[in-house]
Amino acid sequence: MDIFSVTGGAYIVASLLFILSLAGLSRHESAKSGLTYGMVGMTVALAMTVLLVLDHALDTDNYLSIVLMLGAIGIGAVIGLWRARIVEMTGMPELIAALHSFVGLAAVLIGWNGHLEGPHHGGSLANIHEAEVAIGIFIGAVTFTGSIVANLKLSARIKSAPLMLPGKNFINLGSLVLFAILTVLYVGTDSRDSASADVLLVVLTALALALGWHLVASIGGGDMPVVVSMLNSYSGWAAAASGFLLGNDLLIVTGALVGSSGAYLSYIMCQAMNRSFISVIAGGFGIEAPAGADTDYGEHREVQAAEAADVLANASSVVITPGYGMAVAQAQYPVAELTAKLRARGVDVRFGIHPVAGRLPGHMNVLLAEAKVPYDIVLEMDEINDDLPDTDVVLVIGANDTVNPAAAEDPSSPIAGMPVLEVWNAREVIVFKRSMATGYAGVQNPLFFRENSRMLFGDAKDKVDEIIHNLPE
Amino acid sequence: MRIGVPRESKTGETLVAATAKTAAQLQGLGYDVVVESGAGALADQADEAFTDAGVTVGSSEDVWGSDIVVKVNAPTADEIARLRAGATIISMMAPARSPELVEQLAAQGVTALAMDAVPRISRAQSMDVLSSMANVAGYRAVVEAAHEFGRMFTGQVTAAGKMPPARVFVVGGGVAGLAAIGAAAAMGAVVRAFDVRPEVAEQVESLGGTFVEVDFESEVSTDGYAKEMTAEQEAATASMYDEEARNADIVITTALIPGRPAPKLIHEETVAAMRPGSVIVDMAAANGGNVAGTETDQRVVTDHGVTILGYTDLAGRLPAQTSQLYGTNIVNLFKLLTPEKDGELTLDLDDVVQRGVTVTRATDDGAESRSEVMWPPPAVQVSATPKTAGAPAPEAKEPKPALTARGRMAVVLGGIAAFWLVNATAPDPIPRHFTTLMLSIVIGYYVIGKVAHALHTPLMSVTNAISGVVVVGALLQLESEDVAIQVLAAIAVLVASINIFGGFAVTRRMLGMFSKGA
Repeated sequence: MDIFSVTGGAYIVASLLFILSLAGLSRHESAKSGLTYGMVGMTVALAMTVLLVLDHALDTDNYLSIVLMLGAIGIGAVIGLWRARIVEMTGMPELIAALHSFVGLAAVLIGWNGHLEGPHHGGSLANIHEAEVAIGIFIGAVTFTGSIVANLKLSARIKSAPLMLPGKNFINLGSLVLFAILTVLYVGTDSRDSASADVLLVVLTALALALGWHLVASIGGGDMPVVVSMLNSYSGWAAAASGFLLGNDLLIVTGALVGSSGAYLSYIMCQAMNRSFISVIAGGFGIEAPAGADTDYGEHREVQAAEAADVLANASSVVITPGYGMAVAQAQYPVAELTAKLRARGVDVRFGIHPVAGRLPGHMNVLLAEAKVPYDIVLEMDEINDDLPDTDVVLVIGANDTVNPAAAEDPSSPIAGMPVLEVWNAREVIVFKRSMATGYAGVQNPLFFRENSRMLFGDAKDKVDEIIHNLPE
Repeated sequence: MRIGVPRESKTGETLVAATAKTAAQLQGLGYDVVVESGAGALADQADEAFTDAGVTVGSSEDVWGSDIVVKVNAPTADEIARLRAGATIISMMAPARSPELVEQLAAQGVTALAMDAVPRISRAQSMDVLSSMANVAGYRAVVEAAHEFGRMFTGQVTAAGKMPPARVFVVGGGVAGLAAIGAAAAMGAVVRAFDVRPEVAEQVESLGGTFVEVDFESEVSTDGYAKEMTAEQEAATASMYDEEARNADIVITTALIPGRPAPKLIHEETVAAMRPGSVIVDMAAANGGNVAGTETDQRVVTDHGVTILGYTDLAGRLPAQTSQLYGTNIVNLFKLLTPEKDGELTLDLDDVVQRGVTVTRATDDGAESRSEVMWPPPAVQVSATPKTAGAPAPEAKEPKPALTARGRMAVVLGGIAAFWLVNATAPDPIPRHFTTLMLSIVIGYYVIGKVAHALHTPLMSVTNAISGVVVVGALLQLESEDVAIQVLAAIAVLVASINIFGGFAVTRRMLGMFSKGA
């Protein structure tokens, strides 16, 4: 039993722990143990690899590698823990997108290292090694820039509107073809000493970086939940590609796990939005028809906080449907307080969450959980839709497209066919909104003009606070 | 400009066109308002209430000499004669059914706006007096019926025996019908309702009624009102009306077709077959009634003991509230007519709402003594997208015809064959790696198959942390002799470590928050 067989066994154990981790995270009850499995698995994998490197370094007196290793892990750990501690729950989507970009970057660097080191064998294995280098760099680079763009869009540092370059499908497809040609050329050249191989790989990296940028830039902010999940999947594939390059089974297993589960998650979300899965992967689904601005929807009616408080106090069932606006206004705490107060009065309060509410899958659930709203009153769209006709009051807090009746009723609407929360069936709807502006899809919402809906304009947090103060004792 | 609000001259009228509150709102738009003394007495709007609100209370002459006169009922010939040439009169007028009234108004040289001619588009809902009056009337119809009906509405099981709930049949699912359905259901009755427009079914059910289905093709209304049915449709529904009415304790009919006599829906033999003590409220009595035997404004008891109420003043029986609603509708119209809020009435005939209500228009310079007849206005389309036209579109939205089962199998088998080819030709470590890859993909897919929606974010952040395992690859590259490679690898280790530690820590924070409530 030498150190290689020990680490080999440990890698298998780590893979198993990762599988248990994902399985555990599928249910509330086992989520925390799932996380523990994941952390133990990662610790095993890291510790064994560190041992391996130490062993090798001591054998060859290569102390630089020890210094670099411990330094890099230490600094990385400090930065990672620090960011995770200070991040606001509303800023979660940006953070996760940023983390994805790190995996992508790591994969690119590993690929370049593989190129610089050169193949360990000759013949066809050398060619395969070169193909692996090219593919690994490509996937990693796409993930890297794609995640950066997603991060910038989510943190509103660049405009979230989709970039509409002419012939964008052609650009995407052309990039793929060009990548294939470059890979073949790169495999064809002798990578070890040839300057032309370096040039080819630089071009290939630049191409992949540009493609990643373009893919995500051409998707609108409203579709970001799917994009983040898709990038998650890509980061998995990047890890798997690195595994092929290094001949490391742990990387292959983990990468494939993450890749396929991420892809499946994106698929679930695409179904929830009635989008084609293929067009998401291809980054071509950011096409949004302009709003039918000339349609006359009539007048909306306003309501003040005091009156809304009265309505809520006299209701027997209330459903709250939050959206991204609640996250922006940081209104989850007042909303939780309002919920607690109403429940104390005997009002049946529940939450209806659309699968793509917010900018991250499950974004609303995280925010409500942060504000200590019990999760058994937080229901999914399908669970709550049937109950809405018997509901006295629906509070729409910062949601727009996810409660748009046009999706169900107007076949010409750009969001036609997307399943939505059918809040308009409730007896009364109160919509919290900053203005009459349209939502992310840029589609006007006929809900606001319905006879049973009234608008409560202003910052959602302030308005919910006002309602709490106005609740009769 | 001055707005005059006269006392209504129609006998028994309880309503007034402005309450103290709405009169003050009109003044807020820049107008002077003068209310005839005693105009609001029956609607709980005493003269003092108006003066307290800063509104002038004046004589009949003051009111009729105003630039604008606002009232509830159509002006009589005498009243029209009292209007100044070039003045504006606003009231309900039923212009389609009263050509002689239109003629008198034109001869007097006044501008006449008919409140009951507001087009039924969403934007104009705030001025739609027919809706606001019908809403009140529908409620009151149930109250009147309950008053006449010798039993309770709600079913009860008591020590003294079981009482069945009253059965109410409502004809017409317009505003009045829906209000009646809601009121009757709230009082505990079993409510059934019918309307020729099938799209109303959902609204009926939303108010607690059951929609009665009849099998026939019907059109989707484009002007917001029900159409009169064709002969075949009528034949098909006649037996339904008969059956439903016979089974009901209370029948409330609201079927009206604008500008036409009300359709006769409940025939004599049906009324005769109803149980003694049953009550019929015919809300279409003003237009001839839906029921055989209805007498306008009368309570009739048939030989079989069925009471038929033909009251046309149902809304007026709740005068305070109806006046407030009517007055608010008037204020909303004035908001539209006074865009500058300067007390100057400007009529914009390019606006469909304003064009719709205009019956006659005084010439601008007042040179001619006769005003121009503007009735009838061009038709206004209410339903922007008729549903029939929209029907083909959803089909186009269907995903591209999914592969047939055979085609799908061919793709799968082709993929597996390609996989085999790769593995058969590739040198040693590759097939082993591929096997691992494929198995892991399948595991990843199944493991998260039933993930709870709320856990999407934690799951994603954990998988993200796990994919930080690329750190292993970067660490192994640190073993290289080449410093450049070592530095690059160190950077990779650094960023991957951020990912691992950050990802796990943030997931931990998130999961800590999920709590199950007591």
